[in-house]
Amino acid sequence: MMIEALIAVALVGAFVTFVAPNRIAGKLAFAISLIPAALSLWMFSAFDGSGNALLGGELAFASEFEWIQFGEYSISWLVGLDGISMPLVVLTTILSTLAIVSSWTPIDERESQFYGLVLFIEANLIGVFAALDFFVWFIFWEAVLIPMYLLIGIWGGPRRKYAAIKFFVYTNVASLVMFGAFIALVFGLGDVTTFALPDVTAAMLDGGPDGFLGIGGTTLASLVFVAMFLGFAVKVPIVPFHTWLPDAHVEAPTPASVLLAGVLLKMGTYALLRFNFTMFPTEVIEPFVIPIAAIAVISVIYGAMLALAQTDLKRIVAYSSVSSMGYVILGLIALTQFGVGGATFQMVSHGLISGLMFMAVGVIYNATHTRMVTDMSGMADRMPVAVGILVAGAFGYMGLPLMSGFFGEFTIFFGAFGAEGLAYSQVFTALAMFGIVIVAGYLLFALQRTVFGPYHLETDYDVDRAPLHDIAPMFVLLGLIILLGVAPELIFEMITDAVDPILETGGEL
Amino acid sequence: MELFELPAWTALAPALLLALTAMALFIIDSIAPDSRNSGLLAGTTAAGSIVSLGVAVWYLLAGVGTPTVDGGRGVIDVLGDQFVVDQLALFFMIIVAVVTALVAVASYDYMEDHTYQAEYYSLVLLAATGMSFMAAANSLVTIFIALELASLPSYALVSILKDNRGSVEGGLKYFLIGALSSAIFVYGISLVYGATGHLQLTNIAEVVEAGDADPYGGLLGLGILMLIGGFAFKTASVPFHFWAPEAYEGAPAPIAAFLSSASKAAGFVIAFRVFTEAFPVGETASAIGVDWTLAFIILAIVTMTLGNFAAATQNNVKRMLAYSSIGHAGYALIGLAGISAGGGELVMGAAMMHLFVYGFMNTGAFLFVALAEYWGVGRTFEDYNGLGRRAPVACFALAIFMFSLAGIPPLGGFWSKYFLFTGALEAGLLVVAAALVVNSALSLYYYTRLVKAVWIEEPVTERDALSQPIGLYAAIVVAAVMTLALLPLFGPVADTAVDAATAMLA
Repeated sequence: MMIEALIAVALVGAFVTFVAPNRIAGKLAFAISLIPAALSLWMFSAFDGSGNALLGGELAFASEFEWIQFGEYSISWLVGLDGISMPLVVLTTILSTLAIVSSWTPIDERESQFYGLVLFIEANLIGVFAALDFFVWFIFWEAVLIPMYLLIGIWGGPRRKYAAIKFFVYTNVASLVMFGAFIALVFGLGDVTTFALPDVTAAMLDGGPDGFLGIGGTTLASLVFVAMFLGFAVKVPIVPFHTWLPDAHVEAPTPASVLLAGVLLKMGTYALLRFNFTMFPTEVIEPFVIPIAAIAVISVIYGAMLALAQTDLKRIVAYSSVSSMGYVILGLIALTQFGVGGATFQMVSHGLISGLMFMAVGVIYNATHTRMVTDMSGMADRMPVAVGILVAGAFGYMGLPLMSGFFGEFTIFFGAFGAEGLAYSQVFTALAMFGIVIVAGYLLFALQRTVFGPYHLETDYDVDRAPLHDIAPMFVLLGLIILLGVAPELIFEMITDAVDPILETGGEL
Repeated sequence: MELFELPAWTALAPALLLALTAMALFIIDSIAPDSRNSGLLAGTTAAGSIVSLGVAVWYLLAGVGTPTVDGGRGVIDVLGDQFVVDQLALFFMIIVAVVTALVAVASYDYMEDHTYQAEYYSLVLLAATGMSFMAAANSLVTIFIALELASLPSYALVSILKDNRGSVEGGLKYFLIGALSSAIFVYGISLVYGATGHLQLTNIAEVVEAGDADPYGGLLGLGILMLIGGFAFKTASVPFHFWAPEAYEGAPAPIAAFLSSASKAAGFVIAFRVFTEAFPVGETASAIGVDWTLAFIILAIVTMTLGNFAAATQNNVKRMLAYSSIGHAGYALIGLAGISAGGGELVMGAAMMHLFVYGFMNTGAFLFVALAEYWGVGRTFEDYNGLGRRAPVACFALAIFMFSLAGIPPLGGFWSKYFLFTGALEAGLLVVAAALVVNSALSLYYYTRLVKAVWIEEPVTERDALSQPIGLYAAIVVAAVMTLALLPLFGPVADTAVDAATAMLA
């Protein structure tokens, strides 16, 4: 019942915060969010699961009971963690706590509603990573949308209404496609009468669907694979479905960006790993390997090029997420231990690094009220600590050794390079690695202009040092990034333990 | 063994209690005719409907309607089979009682300064009594009487704001169309009687099954078509839907909530009962030459599409909700469209669940409009702009209602829509299932528009702090909590609905 406790604390906390007075809402939300953070860290240390959750592995903190019976199909409450989801749950709780602290400065109206929604998102994100029944998972998955829509729409920047509705429509349509596809798959499976992911996976690997509505079994499996890939591709996002992301990121308030980049994007890659690359047998995946790898590489290069063209710091960081997610997809499609394991590691690592970057940009914006690269220079002169962290985060992005980004990207490239099932894997990997050069290019270019040189700022605001509660969360993140860079085995062992079964049961190409 | 057995007529207690409460209100009014003690009146109404609700739930739990072989008490028939109390009846009695209670509590504030308070509450109760009897009526005569008992007070209630043009106009329109459709309905009854020689539903079915009605197939078919017209009126479905926007807009908002939730549900229960009991699909089709489910397939698609498209173009919030309620009638009609297929009990059960959830989410949405009218903020979307700053709790509840109506997952409305969808798929109604999905996606547009207005848009005019009327708030919060709670607690509702539908189709 530990997972239920995590979710319940965040949910109840959300309602309490929602009706609390604005004055204390921020502190209250912080205090509440410490509980799931501490609890999830304890769960991490006491983690006793092994194997993959969908492939008969030993689940940690699992619980199951029947929920609704409709006709012959039953829907159960089924939650549990394995080595893939455990690190993501910890990432969620820690990032939520830090995001709450980083909101104390920028959020100055309707605070209780803001923090209530952040806690509500946290509860649902935990649910997304812990759920192992399709309906439980889907409910949490969709429940993230509404509060995020409101966060962007109410507290966002000048074009917030457009950005909020675009985010909502894109991701919701994608969900609808994915939902319909999965339901069709389960109906097509015939003798499966539950929506529990392990059951569906077992049936998929043991013969696959018989067909549905006159569509044959093999065709149905391929169609569902494509539909689900498209559905998740929007969430990740992958080029060409990425256009909602820069809008949403730029308009969203800093803490919402932190959660959006840090955790929400991982929902997409996590779902791809869980559904597309675990559930479907090799024969179904095979024809799509090259196209997906190509899309991944295009995402890397094109996302980085877009970032290169931006002058808004936040937009730069936002587009670089598109690029980073491309690496993750490349690692996943490689379907080797280092590829998939590295991709999962990169999910966590990118969550920390992009969270850090958005926070640093946010802190600078709080002081200067501008994010334009052209408006400022020599910021290091006035805000040495905040800018120092921004530089550190940028190096994390570029993959500086001893920071988590290095290990994630290195393992992905290593895994992708030797992928036997991926034709021309060396070419794809080499192209993707070129992305690193562009990343270094745009980040260094932006830093050079904003951070160094003589101090200059085109705004009327007095720039002062950032308060401690703005700086502290970034130090925590930086500490975690270095910790995972120095000792990646802290989570990588857990991850490979859960990843290996995927490769053994037909995933190995 | 029980200590004592209750007489059979007490099975109708949920309906009778509502009638008794109405009588109690008459007595209170005759003792103190000038009293404006709205607390006493609203309290009595709410208490009466809550007791009715409690009794109905108790009966369900005690196994009334569950077949005796499964350890239940079986179906109880009253007055020589004129009324039956089974799971279907109890399920809908619960919906009616819930909505009545919510509406009564909300009316405490809404009708505060009104002159005809005792009349208002007793009319609400009488209409609720009629709806409750509709749930149990088992012959065309009792159905018609219950229908009229529900309708006549409703006409008066819509036009109770005597000095308000919209209210009177809406009431008149409602009455004229109601009278017309009643006439059609009665004519339909007479044609069915002419073709089969019976009014009792089970007897009609026997005649149809024996093939004795075959020589009068045309007559019977026309009669069925006219009955469908009567249901369409009561459920605000195409082609008798056009009274709904006017009546809902003109009526006091709690009454609009009452009519669009309880009255619609009551219309559906008689449709479910008549078409499952009296006209078995196969035999009726051979008698009249057409499968009557075809009529419902067409009605379902047209109704949901028309309701949703019209709702999307409205600027007036109440009218938007009125059209959305037409759209939801279309969704519930899927329950009738799919009956003939194998697994029809799933579709019908899903429609019942949808009406159940709808009883909370739609009532809540209209009660929010009642709250807005109480504040006097105006009627259009623009007038609602920025309300979330002043009244976060009520607007949070509104967001719950809207997303639930749209069928977004974390809320009760998701389940019933999903089950309707899969039910329609299993029944082979691909077109209907597709229409459901398309319409749901479309409906998201206008539901989120309202959420956007209250939460995201800036207020057009500066507002002072808004008051927090206790009755309206209580009703809205309860409806919101139930809409949320139906997500985890949907299991029992689904089981009861499917059981009831299975019993009807057996």
